Amino acid sequence: MEVTEEVVQHIAELAQLKVAASDLESLSAGMRNILELAGQMQSVNTEGVVPVSNPLDATQRLRTDEVTETDQHQLYQSMAPETEAGLYLVPRVVE
Amino acid sequence: MSDAIIQRTLAEQVRDLETGTYSSRELTEAYLGQINSRKSLNAFITVTGERAVEAAITADKRRATGEKSPLLGIPIAHKDIFCEYGVRTSAGSRMLDNFVSPYDATVVARLRDAGAISLGKTNMDEFAMGSSNESSFYGPVCNPWDTARVPGGSSGGSAVAVAAGLCSAATGTDTGGSIRQPASFCGITGLKPTYGRVSRWGMIAFASSLDQAGPMARSAEDCALLLTQMAGEDRRDSTSSAVSTEDYGASLDGSLKGLAIGICREFMDGLDSHVAGILEDCRKNLVDLGAEFKDVSLPNSHLAIPAYYIIAPAECSANLARYDGVRFGYRCESPENLEDLYQRSRSEGFGAEVKNRIMVGAFALSTGYYDAYYRKAQQIRRLIKQDFERAFSEVDMILGPTTPGSAFRIGEKVDDPKGLYLQDIYTAPANLAGLPALSMPAGFSESMPIGAQLIGNYFDEAKVLKVAHRYQQITDWHRQAPDIPGTVQ
Repeated sequence: MEVTEEVVQHIAELAQLKVAASDLESLSAGMRNILELAGQMQSVNTEGVVPVSNPLDATQRLRTDEVTETDQHQLYQSMAPETEAGLYLVPRVVE
Repeated sequence: MSDAIIQRTLAEQVRDLETGTYSSRELTEAYLGQINSRKSLNAFITVTGERAVEAAITADKRRATGEKSPLLGIPIAHKDIFCEYGVRTSAGSRMLDNFVSPYDATVVARLRDAGAISLGKTNMDEFAMGSSNESSFYGPVCNPWDTARVPGGSSGGSAVAVAAGLCSAATGTDTGGSIRQPASFCGITGLKPTYGRVSRWGMIAFASSLDQAGPMARSAEDCALLLTQMAGEDRRDSTSSAVSTEDYGASLDGSLKGLAIGICREFMDGLDSHVAGILEDCRKNLVDLGAEFKDVSLPNSHLAIPAYYIIAPAECSANLARYDGVRFGYRCESPENLEDLYQRSRSEGFGAEVKNRIMVGAFALSTGYYDAYYRKAQQIRRLIKQDFERAFSEVDMILGPTTPGSAFRIGEKVDDPKGLYLQDIYTAPANLAGLPALSMPAGFSESMPIGAQLIGNYFDEAKVLKVAHRYQQITDWHRQAPDIPGTVQ
C-alpha cells in the first residue's frame, strides 16, 4: 500500500484535519512508518480466526432504561467556547 | 525530618500517620516543598497545593476524632488523564489546556473516599500516546536518575514523581505499556491490572479496548494498597468487570512453594545481555523463595507491536473525534465556516504524534482497508490471547523483561519513531490479551534502573503482587532512590 499525497489528503478529510502542504511529507512518512510495521501481519494466515473486540470476550451489558444522572447542562456548558440560550454556537451553516 | 518522611513507602506512611509519628499536613507540606524544589524535572502539569493542604488539615481532624479510612491523609498524585472536579485536566494536550473538569473520574473519587489527598496532576505524553514523555504539550519530563534521559511514557510524570520523592504513589494508565515502561525506567513498581478491573469512567479515552488504570509506587505492597481502593465494578463503565475484588494487601505474605513461573522463550531471544543477566538474577531469587520455573512459548508475541499499532490508532481516531472545538477544549480563532472550525481546531489543538495516529487509525478503518488492517489486527490479537491461554495452562505467571533496555536520552529517538514504537515490544502483548502485568525494579544497567515484568492470568493481581512483594522482601532494588549517594551500582 503506497501512502501517496492524495491518500494522505483523503484520510485527512475523513479525520477532519487540515494538512498544510509543508506537513504533507512528514505526515506521509509518519503513516508509512506505522503501516510498514503493520505490514508484518500480512504474512500470517488468519483464516477462520475470530477477531477480538473485547479482551475478556465480554459483550455489552444492558441496564434498565431509567434516569440516573441529573441535568447539569449549565455546568457542562460553562467550559464551551461559545454558547447562547443553552445552545452551543458554531458558524452559520444555513443561510 | 522531611527528607526521611518523603522516602517512606506508602504502607509505612499509613502506619506512621496511625501512630502519630507525623501529621498528614506535615507529610503533604514536605511533598509540596519537594515538588517545588524539583520543578525542573517537569513531573507535574498542575500542582493543587492549597487544596492539598486544606484536605490534609481536614484529614488530621478526622483522624483526631477516631475516624479510620485506609488511606486517610496520604498525599498522592494523579496522571493528568484522570478528570478531577474543579482542576484542569489536560491529557498533556493543547486541546485540553483550558479544560477544567466538571466531574471526578471514578478512580479519583474512590481514592479520595478512601482518604487520599491529591497533590496535583502529573505530566504525560499527549493523550497517552508515547513512550518517552516527549510528546507532552507541557514539555518533556526528566528522569531523576539522569536528567538528560527520558522517564519513559506515557505515565512519565507519575513515575518521576514517585522516583524523585515528590509523592509516595501515583495513578497511571497503561494502553501498551504506559505504566510499566516508565516504572522500569525510573526504578519504581507499577501494575497494569486486568482489563476491566479498574473503572475507566472519567479517564480520558485513548484506545478503549486496551486502556487500563493502575497504581505506580515504590513497592508492590503500596500498589496493593492503592489497587484495593481503585478496583471494582462501576455502573458508569459498562466494560468494568463484575468479578469480585480482594483486599490485595492482605494476601502478600506466604511461601511461593509450588508456584510455577514461565520464562517466555521468544522474549529471551536477542535480549540485551544486561537485561538478560538481571532477569537471571531475579529468577534465582524467586527460586530461593520456592518458585519453580519452566519454559513457555508465545509464538505470536512478535506480532503484538504490528497489531497494537493498528488497533490503538483505530480506536484513538474514533475516541478523539469528540474534540471538535464546539463543546469544550480548544477552538481556533475566527473560523470561516463549520468545517474550518472543526479542521483548524483539531489541527492546531493536537500535536504531531496524535495527528499521526489519528491518520493511521482513520486509514485502517476506511473503506477498502478495514479487512486488511483492522480486522487482521484483531485476528492477530486472538492468536496472541490464545498463546497466553496455552501458557497459563502450564504456569501461574510469566517472568520477562519490561523494556528492551534502560532509559534512552531525551531526543535520541525523535528521528527513530519505529525504535520508539518497539519500546512496547514486551509490554503490549498483555494489553492486547487484557492480562494483569507488573514491572518491579530488578537491577541497574549503566547506572540506570531496569525492571522485571510479571504477567499474570486474568484477575490474578493478588498472585502477581504477592510474588513481587516476596521478591522485594529479599532484595532492595525498590529501595534505591536517585538522590541518595552511593546507592547506584
